[in-house]
Amino acid sequence: MNWDVLVPLVLFLVIIFLIGIWSNKKLSQSKSFLADYFVGSRELGGLVLAMTMVATYGSASSFLGGPGAAYSIGLGWVLLAMTQVATGYFVLLILGKKFAIVTRRYKAVTLTDFLKERYQSSTVVILAAFSIIIFLFSAMAAQWIGGAYLIESITGLSYTSALFIFAIAVLVYVVIGGFRAVSVTDTLQGIVMFFGTLLLLIGVIIAGGGLDQIFTDLTNENPNLVTPYGNDGNLSALYVSSFWILVGVGVIGLPQVAVRAMSYRDSRSMHRALIIGTIVVGFIMLNMHLIGVFARPVLPGIEVADQVIPLIALEVLPGWLAGLVLAAPLAAIMSTVDSLLLLVSSSVVKDVYVNYIKPEATRKNVQNVSFSVTAIIGIIVFLLAIEPPEFIIFLNLFAFGGLEAAFIWPVVLGLYWQDGNKYGAIASMITGIGSYIGIHFYNEAYGNLLGVHTVTLPVFLSLFAFVLFSMAFRKKSQVA
Amino acid sequence: MGKDRRFRIAHSEALIGVVLALINFLWWYGFAYGLGNKSPDEYSYILGFPAWFFWSCIIGFIVMVILVIVVVKFLLTDVPLDDEGREEQSE
Repeated sequence: MNWDVLVPLVLFLVIIFLIGIWSNKKLSQSKSFLADYFVGSRELGGLVLAMTMVATYGSASSFLGGPGAAYSIGLGWVLLAMTQVATGYFVLLILGKKFAIVTRRYKAVTLTDFLKERYQSSTVVILAAFSIIIFLFSAMAAQWIGGAYLIESITGLSYTSALFIFAIAVLVYVVIGGFRAVSVTDTLQGIVMFFGTLLLLIGVIIAGGGLDQIFTDLTNENPNLVTPYGNDGNLSALYVSSFWILVGVGVIGLPQVAVRAMSYRDSRSMHRALIIGTIVVGFIMLNMHLIGVFARPVLPGIEVADQVIPLIALEVLPGWLAGLVLAAPLAAIMSTVDSLLLLVSSSVVKDVYVNYIKPEATRKNVQNVSFSVTAIIGIIVFLLAIEPPEFIIFLNLFAFGGLEAAFIWPVVLGLYWQDGNKYGAIASMITGIGSYIGIHFYNEAYGNLLGVHTVTLPVFLSLFAFVLFSMAFRKKSQVA
Repeated sequence: MGKDRRFRIAHSEALIGVVLALINFLWWYGFAYGLGNKSPDEYSYILGFPAWFFWSCIIGFIVMVILVIVVVKFLLTDVPLDDEGREEQSE
């Protein structure tokens, strides 16, 4: 057991619990349980809004997998990761004030609420709730597995015990705190990531003998590592550019991101969040991925990509500092899991239970159902993560891209195109998810279609479907 | 619902978002593949980084931060988000 690493990590978790308890106190004073539990009564300030956005984009894949990929592929992967700078301003500017105003008017607390009021169609609601539950559930399970591996590699505990600790921490936390607790700790976690990645980057550069030495070593090993084209020269400009859709502009379609864009207090908070968010997301992405590349000459021969960050932190930093820095990816995973868990349970409770099963539910009733649904989902995910079944990993592969293809146009065109209607929305969601799954299989078998990432074509196809069906059924929806 | 003055502001702000993303993309793409598309031993280095990476990812990021700050300070408008606040806003 590595105590000097563990102590700061545990301290961090304790602080997070205290925040959860504090938000629970605020929760019991608030007027509307649903609005408070799921969107924090729409009172996020600029810093909290920016940080919770950033922490939500980041996940096990970008905080462990990303640097791991940079380690094997080189600077080309850092270039790819920098497409995420756009998320810092794009989401808030596009959804923007109109989304905030409209969702307030609709009293929407989930993305599905918004779609329900906008399109007045239960097919849209069911499709939306169904895709959120299925896709995010799988995405979440994979995050739990990542979190457990991280705790395992730091503490030396067995996988199952690590998973158990992780699950307890997440569950207690989400159940007591709700959205406000999640967003406040996202802020703390964002700050830890901001400084943690900076410290680690400096540590790696010193350990590698300075930038000049590191780049000389990289070039000597394989000159492709310092080009934009990846270690084997196969990273094409077109393929890298298509990540602008997956991790740059497409994130507007992610329900966990959209819900944040309806939760800020006033337009001033949004303005501050634009600046802070752009700085923080760019800074963290640049640092994290550079650490991955620079770790290569310092610690050659790491085989499991997800272990690059923990191993390099333990190598170049003193124990206590490594513990503090490793709190960052753990924090990232926890906050992603927290918000996904909250979102899946809000989908079950709000979109299905309150809409269709028990519309007359009382506050007490909704509250109990929310807590139990959140806890039950958590327990199911835990059980699945013990022996991760194949299909979960498989579903997670396209969870985010699938959600983007499904939601981006119903949300964006729902806001900005008055003639968009439920026929367009339904067609767009089905086309998006369907073509995404189809192209995913095609790409698995034959290589990337047209040389771009899987998400690219479905995003265009679902746009086409939305416009076509909205126009075709224009008359009909006006009559109805 | 299209009559609301706040929505006209919101529409133009969304367009600003699209323009920012386009500038971001062109800068990022232009420097990365403009300067990076040659043999690695011909690369020049700036402050320790290959020039393509320095201009595309590091300076590109700083430029975007500055642009976002300029946009927020000079182009975005404060509007109330609740419908009750509407009366205070007159043209």
